Amino acid sequence: MYEAIVLLPLLGAVVAGIIALVGARNRFPGEEPPPPLDDHAAAPAGEDHARATPEAPHAAFANTHVEEPEHAPPAAGSLLAELTTSTFLVISCVLSWFALFDVGLAGREARVPLFSFITFGDLHSEWLLRIDALTAVMLVVVTTISSLVHIYSIGYMEEDPYKPRFFSYLSFFTFAMLMLATADNLVQLFFGWEGVGLASYLLIGFWYHRPEANAAAIKAFLVNRVGDFGFSLGIFAVFYLTRAVDFDTIFAQAPALAGKSFHFLSWNVDALTAVCLLLFMGAMGKSAQFLLHTWLPDAMEGPTPVSALIHAATMVTAGVFMVARLSPLFSLSPNASGFVTFIGATTAIFAASVALVQNDIKRIIAYSTCSQLGYMFVAMGVGAYSVGMFHLFTHAFFKALLFLCSGSVIIAMHHEQDTRKMGGLWRKLPFTYATMVIGTLALTGFPLTAGYFSKDAIIESALVSNSAMASYGFVMTLGAAAMTAFYSWRLIFKTFHGEPHDRAHYEAAHETSKTMLVPLALLAVGSIAAGYPALALFTGHGADEFFRQSLTLGPAEKLFESAENLPLILSLLPTVMMIGGFLVAYQFYIRRPDIPAALARDQNLLYKFLLNKWYFDEIYDFLFVRPAMWLGRLFWKGGDGFVIDGFGPDGVSARVLDVTRNVIRLQTGYLYHYAFAMLIGVAAAITWFMFAGTH
Amino acid sequence: MTSWPILSVVTFLPLAGALFIALLPEDEAGIRNARWTALWTTFITFIISLILVWRFDPTSADFQFVEKQPWLGGAISYAMGVDGISLPFVVLTTALMPISILASWTAIQLRVRDYMIAFLVLETLMVGTFCALDLVLFYLFFEGGLIPMFLIIGVWGGPRRVYASFKFFLYTLLGSVLMLLAIMAMYWEAGTTDIASLLHHSFPLSLQKWAWFAFLASFAVKLPMWPVHTWLPDAHVEAPTAGSVILAAILLKMGGYGFLRFSLPMFPDASAQLAPLIYVLSVVAIVYTSLVALMQEDMKKLIAYSSVAHMGFVTMGIFAVTAQGVAGGIFQMVSHGIVSAALFLCVGIVYDRMHTREIAAYGGLVNRMPLYAFVFMVFTLANVGLPGTSGFVGEFLSLIGTFRVNTWVATLATLGTILSAAYALWLYRKIIFGKLEKPSLFNIKDIGLREIAIMAPLVILTIVFGVYPKLVLDISSASVAQLIDNYQHAVGAVHAAALAR
Repeated sequence: MYEAIVLLPLLGAVVAGIIALVGARNRFPGEEPPPPLDDHAAAPAGEDHARATPEAPHAAFANTHVEEPEHAPPAAGSLLAELTTSTFLVISCVLSWFALFDVGLAGREARVPLFSFITFGDLHSEWLLRIDALTAVMLVVVTTISSLVHIYSIGYMEEDPYKPRFFSYLSFFTFAMLMLATADNLVQLFFGWEGVGLASYLLIGFWYHRPEANAAAIKAFLVNRVGDFGFSLGIFAVFYLTRAVDFDTIFAQAPALAGKSFHFLSWNVDALTAVCLLLFMGAMGKSAQFLLHTWLPDAMEGPTPVSALIHAATMVTAGVFMVARLSPLFSLSPNASGFVTFIGATTAIFAASVALVQNDIKRIIAYSTCSQLGYMFVAMGVGAYSVGMFHLFTHAFFKALLFLCSGSVIIAMHHEQDTRKMGGLWRKLPFTYATMVIGTLALTGFPLTAGYFSKDAIIESALVSNSAMASYGFVMTLGAAAMTAFYSWRLIFKTFHGEPHDRAHYEAAHETSKTMLVPLALLAVGSIAAGYPALALFTGHGADEFFRQSLTLGPAEKLFESAENLPLILSLLPTVMMIGGFLVAYQFYIRRPDIPAALARDQNLLYKFLLNKWYFDEIYDFLFVRPAMWLGRLFWKGGDGFVIDGFGPDGVSARVLDVTRNVIRLQTGYLYHYAFAMLIGVAAAITWFMFAGTH
Repeated sequence: MTSWPILSVVTFLPLAGALFIALLPEDEAGIRNARWTALWTTFITFIISLILVWRFDPTSADFQFVEKQPWLGGAISYAMGVDGISLPFVVLTTALMPISILASWTAIQLRVRDYMIAFLVLETLMVGTFCALDLVLFYLFFEGGLIPMFLIIGVWGGPRRVYASFKFFLYTLLGSVLMLLAIMAMYWEAGTTDIASLLHHSFPLSLQKWAWFAFLASFAVKLPMWPVHTWLPDAHVEAPTAGSVILAAILLKMGGYGFLRFSLPMFPDASAQLAPLIYVLSVVAIVYTSLVALMQEDMKKLIAYSSVAHMGFVTMGIFAVTAQGVAGGIFQMVSHGIVSAALFLCVGIVYDRMHTREIAAYGGLVNRMPLYAFVFMVFTLANVGLPGTSGFVGEFLSLIGTFRVNTWVATLATLGTILSAAYALWLYRKIIFGKLEKPSLFNIKDIGLREIAIMAPLVILTIVFGVYPKLVLDISSASVAQLIDNYQHAVGAVHAAALAR
């Protein structure tokens, strides 16, 4: 059964991929290149170009209307690809729910060995599916959201000519994510990790004719590689310290490592702290945390279902999952955990602050995702791992819902994403409006919605933990809660309320097809109902029985108890913040729509700072991108060209020519040649005897 | 062990094919026959080399399929044999030859017979290099390989072929003279040129040191290591496609093989003392050439610089002398043999159509060449070292093996994984993605059947080795274990203890 859960999406991806390739092949059949007409070896450099160019006018003439990629006819076999991948995903999803009950409630964990992976010397890593409660939660989240997104995409991508390729990528992503979730060792985890990164790269750049999409795809891959740089080093360090990469062995040895130091670079550092911080660097990249977050907003260049699945519900939570999976390590290192809290809290407030002033509907939700991931890391950092997982679980529903709703808006508005051009849409899109409001309620933590339980649990965990970092986390998450309410309602008000700002688009707007609305309805149900039933499993006394050994609960249990005994006034604080944010948004965008503009004018510096996302892109460009290019050119022209070649081969040949010329000019025959040769010979002989005599 | 000299057959069958081609008439039919003869010869050689894999005993670290005949008056013998370190390279060579011949099928129209002869002779010399168990025999094969490659670049190369082959020659000449001196010294000292015996001879430290440097001069140029790498981009740019394939996939590997066969086991003390030098050169190679690759405007140059960076992982892993490091070095060489060969073939495919390698001349090819875009993507990802492709396994093993010995080196080298993603994805984007806007590209055609036949096995191998690397790793495990044992034994308990700490 577990093999089927993981491998069915792969099978779907392969089938859809073959359909895509066969279809593309039929459209553009291959042909052998003509043999070169003349002896090209003898052709001078310029002629290569000359030969290519004369053909050009002729070619342009023969093919006057260039087929624009976006208007190409739909690929053959689209329906087959859609149905195959979606069906496989739904099967995988149903099986995953069975797995959740089987593992989480009945307690039947499983290990399914497949075959050997990188194994050499004392390094052993295997392809193995590890199914415990933590994995089962991820399986359910991933396959549920993924199958709904598959179904939604059938409608969303209806007019796209490259549907088989799209569905192949989606299913491949799901496969990689499941490999990540079921990993039993760090190497397989890394495979899934980079595999989802690849899928993300391919899907962000899905519309490859758009330069912005290509740039965003590469940026996402590179920023993640920076995180993976730390992740790789973390794996190496773990192997160095424990001689193992599989979780069970690592966890068994972890307590013995506490307090030990190891020599990393030129310093003696605390072994566990160093390992956790290095591994966490990977999590920061994948989960778009502060400093490594810059790729996520740009990733919105991808199709909206991709944003929902990858850049909101699943892939970006991989970092959170990783910390939960490695909780036996993190819980032993207070310093690393403190750092996790710090980064999470900072991200929560930073991303929320940027979201306040953005105008692109998807970017607002992207920054919101960033901020919510920060919440999860706050929970991870204070040791409430199951609480963080709880928010991961609920967040998947309402954030996917928000993205899919915004996709519905975008389709209705003919691919307009700027909220300044929307307004009054609730009359045209009543169903989308209703579901999006549900998503917003859940995101802002309206009482009894899914987000309410999980977000409050995080804020309370931060409150009751005794450490300076946790207090910082508490203040930041509380502040971010107010901001969340503000930017979420601002989005709703600007999009659905007030007067339409673009009449033409407004008039043409209409509710989308059933395949898109059904997933919205299901996710809306999840956004409300996913919270309460799971509450006891994730944050109550049931957590111990539910998660068993799959994550460390140790300090969390005490947290649950003190959180239960919290004074009412404190436990109401997040709700108060939420209401405050809502009221300000209501005041700004419904009652007095002139305030925001005036505020932006008065506080121009702050407004610009937020609008430009704290200028991170500009700073990184200045600090890393430009120096790298500059160094590359310097090494190439200066290092290779001037120094190495100049003093090496080119220099030698020039000297030889000089000597020869001088010899000829001096008319002294071959004397110099002989003298030169003799000198070298004598030197060689002396060297020879010196070395030969030394033994 | 075997009743027939299988290694000699694998080595000299291509030479026999070359002789046969030489007898063919120089007309239309003769040219056609030359192509087919070369293809069949290389293909059959490949099949026979598979028998080697099948009959090879991976649990033994000894040389297998050994042949030995007295030669040149008895002091030197014709000795052949393979172990777990050389066998992967033998098969890599024989596997890539039919692909190279197919890649030259239509692109080469000038002096086809001579071209095929050069390639077949080259195969004999390359396979011989990996099989030779006698120093002098090794030297002959090793240096002999220079001549056909020199001719392939010099006769069938691009416009600056004379400069390129001159540079190639000048660099390698320096190395080979020094290596010959070292070989003479070793013979003087040990009284034999038999490699199996030399492996058990302990040389005095002073001789170890300068002989180590002499071998380094030769192997560093071949590999190539920074700063003696500047011949490689020029040689690649000027070489015909198949020449680049063999150059990148096999000839470079002779350097790495040399380190494993000679420098480490025969001069262990020198290796231990001078390993920091190799580390520095490796890290510089990885970071420096990756940055240089970022700025290239010529597709082949970019891939050539990326080769230098990838070879940095090889030298780093080998001189870490840990099980994972050495295995990573070997695997990285095999993987790079497949992936860089495939990347040069990818360049060749568009070069055959457009006759330019300038990156700026392309863009949006995915709109006309979808299958090509797919194939190119697979190899780009392998070049980036994505897990699931063969490129990952070699990098991962060599890095994890090095981390145990020196964290600075491993950390700086890991930076290369960020840079490789930058230049490889940038290249892909410039060539494949985007709108098809250049009029010259409107009628470009996707890859044909012959080109599919060339690329398909490479795609499959890249993924199979990436998912199930055991296929390669198992072959070399016993030999690598013995290499490390002997090394640690020789270097002494002090160093071994430091390693185990």
